[in-house]
Amino acid sequence: MAAQHGDGTATQLRLHGRGGQGTVTAAELLAVAAFEDGLYAQAFPSFGSERMGAPVEAYCRVGSKPIRTREPVARPDVVIVQDPTLLGQVNLFGGLTSSGFVIVNASRPVQELDLDGLMGLIPLTNIVSVPATRIALEHVGRPTPNSALLGALSALTGLISPAGIIHALEHRFAPAIADANSRAVREAYDVVVAERGEVISAAAN
Amino acid sequence: MLQQIEGSRAVASAVALCRPNVVCAYPISPQTHIIEAIGAMVKAGELDAEFVNVDSEMAAMSVLIGASAVGARAYTATASQGLLYMMEAVYNVAGLGLPAVMTLANRALGAPINIWNDHSDAMSVRDAGWVQLFAETNQEAIDLHILAFSLAEELSVPVMVCVDGFILTHAIERVDVPEQTQVDRLLAPFEPRHVLDPHDPVSIGAMVGPDAFTEVRYLASIRLSRALDVLPPLAQRHSDELARSVPSLVSPYRLDDADVVVVAMGSVLGTIKDVIDEMRDDGHAIGALGVSCFRPFPKDQIRDALAGASRVVVVEKAFSLGYGGILATDIALVLSGRGIPIHTVIAGLGGRPVWAASLRTCFNEAVDATLSETTFLDLDEEVVAREVDRMAATRRSGPSAENVLRDLAERSRT
Repeated sequence: MAAQHGDGTATQLRLHGRGGQGTVTAAELLAVAAFEDGLYAQAFPSFGSERMGAPVEAYCRVGSKPIRTREPVARPDVVIVQDPTLLGQVNLFGGLTSSGFVIVNASRPVQELDLDGLMGLIPLTNIVSVPATRIALEHVGRPTPNSALLGALSALTGLISPAGIIHALEHRFAPAIADANSRAVREAYDVVVAERGEVISAAAN
Repeated sequence: MLQQIEGSRAVASAVALCRPNVVCAYPISPQTHIIEAIGAMVKAGELDAEFVNVDSEMAAMSVLIGASAVGARAYTATASQGLLYMMEAVYNVAGLGLPAVMTLANRALGAPINIWNDHSDAMSVRDAGWVQLFAETNQEAIDLHILAFSLAEELSVPVMVCVDGFILTHAIERVDVPEQTQVDRLLAPFEPRHVLDPHDPVSIGAMVGPDAFTEVRYLASIRLSRALDVLPPLAQRHSDELARSVPSLVSPYRLDDADVVVVAMGSVLGTIKDVIDEMRDDGHAIGALGVSCFRPFPKDQIRDALAGASRVVVVEKAFSLGYGGILATDIALVLSGRGIPIHTVIAGLGGRPVWAASLRTCFNEAVDATLSETTFLDLDEEVVAREVDRMAATRRSGPSAENVLRDLAERSRT
């Protein structure tokens, strides 16, 4: 997907998680990754109470020219769900554009997820489930799904590059941690490429 | 250097580049990340400053007075209730003519308690004698802080840089952080106009009675108003050094041939500009005027910028209870005698999102000459009516905040 729409407006992303899961950090890493790719980006938290465990949102816009608007993202092109327990609990997909993309951190395939309200709204090939927490535990040793989710975003949309994400991680973390997270990015990227291949060939059959 | 960083971090970097001698602050949302970042720089030895941990905002501003009075370049930051708590000292800094710089991470004032953005804190110190600059973006937040130190020390007046809380302080966006050598060229070592010096003793802070109070206040106002003359060339010098446009008094946007002009301050101008571009594409003659310097109020520059306007819409994130728009009142006075309609749109109170679609509706109504004199953007009239009815029906109707929250919760269940 291109970094901005035909009318010049930025691609809009909304991230859903729970307080304490690093939802804002994920949006920030995404914005820095886009910056590393030479794009303009803006990330900001939702302006609600942040309580541990409570549903939270963060927003990101990515474009090829400076972004001026300050309104929250109400019509996202991409929704990223950090925590599968939010499915069916929170209006995750409100305003999602008809050509939009959805990435869910889950260990079950898309067909087994509670995606009421999403089916028929966007093409099935635009939805992926990626076991980001498992990938994080394997590579980073902590249940921090952000890097893997961004790797999945890169594979699904092409909006940002894996190299951009890895640069963003190197800016933020010590070398060993950045390296572990980079491995999570690459694995999630590969998982999504493989999963999409299967979905697309199944759809063709 | 171009960086993609949080607004608070950008402000902290700009302040550090200005080489403050003393930083004293008490943490309060949404200012906290700024002083945390400065504190970390001091601790790491990257910034050679005295970081004074204080027990309250009142103490923070009092330390600032002491530090500035002995000739230190002094900085603090606060927001909302913190500003109210330091209020007496805020007036004193200005009255004493001390060139301190403060970031105000704009946030609503309670009650009801609310940690989110609007401009009611800045408006509460409108008359305190500080220069008040408003940033539209985090780039402007950086540039205005450097400009603030230059201006404060040139005039010996305190300068407050208003940065929208959360919307800017917590936004991660692209900024160009200047090089130390650039800032050093812009900001000469602090040469105080008056200083507490044991080798050349003076007293600062005399009690002044009816015989001289008017004159001292008159002089303070003249000194503050000099910012209107000093700021444009100073901002030009900063623009030349930094190779970008540093805001000065006002920031016009697509004002050529504009019939309708939207006036606003701070980050909401970004959304406003997007709406104006769309309306321009639709053939409407509309533009915007950002007020970058709210105090002293640049009357002449605003009058000139609005000379071609036939209708003005003031969008502001605060209002005077029992009256109406604050910026709008100032604008109306500047335009008195012109006989053109001036509308007030109160928007974004307590962190309410300012939607482009809602602004567009207002601006279209302005173009059609159907916009009300005062609009509370996206006001939930149903909830207001329920509380008004309840108050009419029952003497002990209870606290409005709790009642409204209960009504909203009930509505979301049904």
